[in-house]
Amino acid sequence: MNYKTVFYTLGMALYAEAVCLLLPMICAFCYSEDVWWCFLVCSALAAALGFIFTFKKPERKNIYAKEGFVIVSFTWILMSIVGCIPFMLSGAIKRFVPALFEIVSGFTTTGASVFKTLNGVPKSVLFWRSFSHWIGGMGVLVLLVSILPLSGGSNMHLLKAESTGPSVSKLVPRVKSSSTILYGIYIFITVALSVTLLIFGLDLFEALTITFGTVGTGGFGVFDTSIGGYSDKVQWAVTVGMILCGIDFSVYYLILMGKIKVALKSEEVRVYLGVIAVAVIVITVNCLGQFTSLYESFKHASIQVSSIITTTGFSSVDFNFWPQLSKSVLLALMVIGACAGSTGGGAKVSRIIILFKTLIKEIKVAAHPKSTHKVMMNGRALEHETVRAVNVYMVSYIAIVIFSVLFVSMDNFDFTTTFSSVLATLNNIGPGLSVVGPTGNFGGFSDFSLLVLIFDMLAGRLEIFPMLILFSKYTWKK
Amino acid sequence: MKVIIVGSGKVGEKLLEKLSAEPDIEITLIDIKADAVSDIVNDYDAMGVVGSGIDIETLDSAGVKDADIVIAVTGSDEINLMTCLIAKKKGNCQTIARVRQPEYRKTVELIKEDLGLTMIVNPEFAAASEIARALRFPSAIQIDTFAHGRVEILKFKVPVESVLNGLKVSDIVYKLNCDILVCGVERGDDAFIPSGDFVINGGDLVSIVAAPTKATPFFKKIGIKTNKVKDAMIIGGGATAFYLSKLLLRTGISVKIIEQKRERCEHLAEALPEAIVICADATDNKLLLEEGIDRAESVVTLTNIDEENIMLSLYAKSMSVGKVVTKINRIAYDNVIDNLELDTIIYPKNITAEYILRFVRAKKNSLGNNIETLHYILDGKAEALEFKITADIGSVTDIPIETLKIKKNVLITCINRGGKIIHPRGADVIKKDDTVIIVTTHKGFENITDILE
Repeated sequence: MNYKTVFYTLGMALYAEAVCLLLPMICAFCYSEDVWWCFLVCSALAAALGFIFTFKKPERKNIYAKEGFVIVSFTWILMSIVGCIPFMLSGAIKRFVPALFEIVSGFTTTGASVFKTLNGVPKSVLFWRSFSHWIGGMGVLVLLVSILPLSGGSNMHLLKAESTGPSVSKLVPRVKSSSTILYGIYIFITVALSVTLLIFGLDLFEALTITFGTVGTGGFGVFDTSIGGYSDKVQWAVTVGMILCGIDFSVYYLILMGKIKVALKSEEVRVYLGVIAVAVIVITVNCLGQFTSLYESFKHASIQVSSIITTTGFSSVDFNFWPQLSKSVLLALMVIGACAGSTGGGAKVSRIIILFKTLIKEIKVAAHPKSTHKVMMNGRALEHETVRAVNVYMVSYIAIVIFSVLFVSMDNFDFTTTFSSVLATLNNIGPGLSVVGPTGNFGGFSDFSLLVLIFDMLAGRLEIFPMLILFSKYTWKK
Repeated sequence: MKVIIVGSGKVGEKLLEKLSAEPDIEITLIDIKADAVSDIVNDYDAMGVVGSGIDIETLDSAGVKDADIVIAVTGSDEINLMTCLIAKKKGNCQTIARVRQPEYRKTVELIKEDLGLTMIVNPEFAAASEIARALRFPSAIQIDTFAHGRVEILKFKVPVESVLNGLKVSDIVYKLNCDILVCGVERGDDAFIPSGDFVINGGDLVSIVAAPTKATPFFKKIGIKTNKVKDAMIIGGGATAFYLSKLLLRTGISVKIIEQKRERCEHLAEALPEAIVICADATDNKLLLEEGIDRAESVVTLTNIDEENIMLSLYAKSMSVGKVVTKINRIAYDNVIDNLELDTIIYPKNITAEYILRFVRAKKNSLGNNIETLHYILDGKAEALEFKITADIGSVTDIPIETLKIKKNVLITCINRGGKIIHPRGADVIKKDDTVIIVTTHKGFENITDILE
């Protein structure tokens, strides 16, 4: 293990966080809130730590798979620990574990909160919470790779560990340009959506925070009603924004390059849009009795379906009161998640597709034991490695769900609460059902449960292995 | 600039390593083996496509339409030629193919134009030329030529008893009265571009820039033999041995080839009537003694097994004072091999890669500027570049060199002005139509103005 490179890259990430922390400080100035110093202190702390970590430049900058995983998980853990300090300093959340939960929920774009109510929470703190979604959405190391002269080709290991999906590939030959393109698209969508929201009548603060929550597929709102209190126009804009950010960003690159035909052929995006359409129709019909008109039912179904499948977690109504079928559909969408290579979480549509195709293949083989089949995706046969990795991913996913449910059960909530809280954090959604539903919060959990859920959120965002590898003794052996 | 490399063998990987370090080059690698591609994509800044170079869809998805250069270096000549043919048809690119079978050598020259090939690289022939050059000047470890042979960079080991031992670089010229310039020193793992007060020690590997006629007297003065070898014992009779024998026999060096396979021996004897071909196992040291390994002025080990080449070379070194050249194909532990007290080591795959690299670099600069030649020196830690000054450049030309603000670790080693070689002093100037040879540890210089701060 090349510890020097690990520390150096960690230091760089802390510098980036120090800069990011200045934004909520500016926000505090704008609203003349007296908590601005919390961000300044925290930013200074991050910069100081960054300085210490980057003090010694590593001679060998090689990043191999192992370093890639370790750097990514430590960056996220360390950034969260530093990032939760403003919550405690400002007094918004007094204790460490809930504060850590809140910021991890921000960075991992989960959107689960321990706040009982957002009334009285300083706007700058809310801004930081939402902004953390934006940072975490595309990933901080992807940003570092695009702006810093890091170590050339081996940065791919960083990108691989932080990006989502069963197989991560480059858009263009240079890793640096690849990540710059990703961030370019990300920033473009961000600007477009916030301008739209401004035009639809939100003030700058609301437009920005809602945009961060949407494009990062995070889900922190600034009111207790999430996005329920906004006009139809705003809600539709957010819905479209969520769906767009749940699509694989390389599809946008293909469209930019004029390869629209290739982009439209993406099986994953087709299935993703198909699942959304079917789920919206089912819920609209199922919930007709709950709403005054077909339009209302359709609107809320659309918002909720796109919010859950992209793992954003905004809500326009409390779906706890919906019929069971609708709730079950939402629960299923939680697991599916968004497309690989998007800012969304969950198991990813492509993994689910691969699993189903593997299953079909196995059934065929059972009928004709000597027949040969390949799992195909987008017209090409998948590598056996990819299929294997997906299977292993799902097994570890299920294992984590089971263990987390066991641990969280110690708090003695009902099964729906316990189970959906684990699913909602591991898939980076935010609200679950029952106690942790759209109007509820995670404040009632014990510190131990919160730590378990923090682990789940990180494991969900980083796709399990970077977190699991930390527990392997082979990672640390010389 | 967009480059597509087909084939991820040793040559492909070497090319990738060097090219991905250059700015503004975007590389896509094509290989049929998925795991080889993913390995390389993880390690280098390049994109990978799994498939065959002769498959149009694969070439398309690698972006052959916008590619500037397609380099085919798979293990198969036919696939390489075919790939280049298709690439040329699909896009407007330059094509380079590695073609190694001796049978193709003449054939390909014949159809090169029809195939639209820009360049053909034959690793064995390239290696043979390099070895032949080394044997013409046995005391040098490495020789790189510039300005169409008018200038050479020669690398040699300083003997402990030489007058150079303990001499300051700035004192060499007047103490020895020689017109040469020290452009690099390797000591252990470190490589320096020495300043005037750098002191040379015995055992250092020193690189000098000199005209060939000026180098000989210098070597005589420091006590190093300079005359070319009169005979060569070549162990292993493969394609390289064949090419090398041809080159050596042409310059009057007598050749003795030791090869184990009867059939191959007969073939060699037929193709090289002037050479002595001995059919025997070279690991038999009695035979080697019988054939006079102890008296041979040079021994070249060219068998297909690297370990055997190293052992044979060490044995030859222990038996005679002649020049020993060792071919190494596969082994990548250069620093270990360097410690073995071997004379000259030839890595055919690196030579191939460097041939291609030079072309790519030159092509990249063909727009305004003009690297004529590029060699990697000091064990790859530095570059020697030859620039042609085609126009007056305000910031460089006609200004005394001492007033130019030149970057650290950049040395203007010589100026070739219409065939006259000048080792510039502070008051000399660079003029239009000169060619200038620069040695630097910076990478990726494209333009003469890059030497300035």
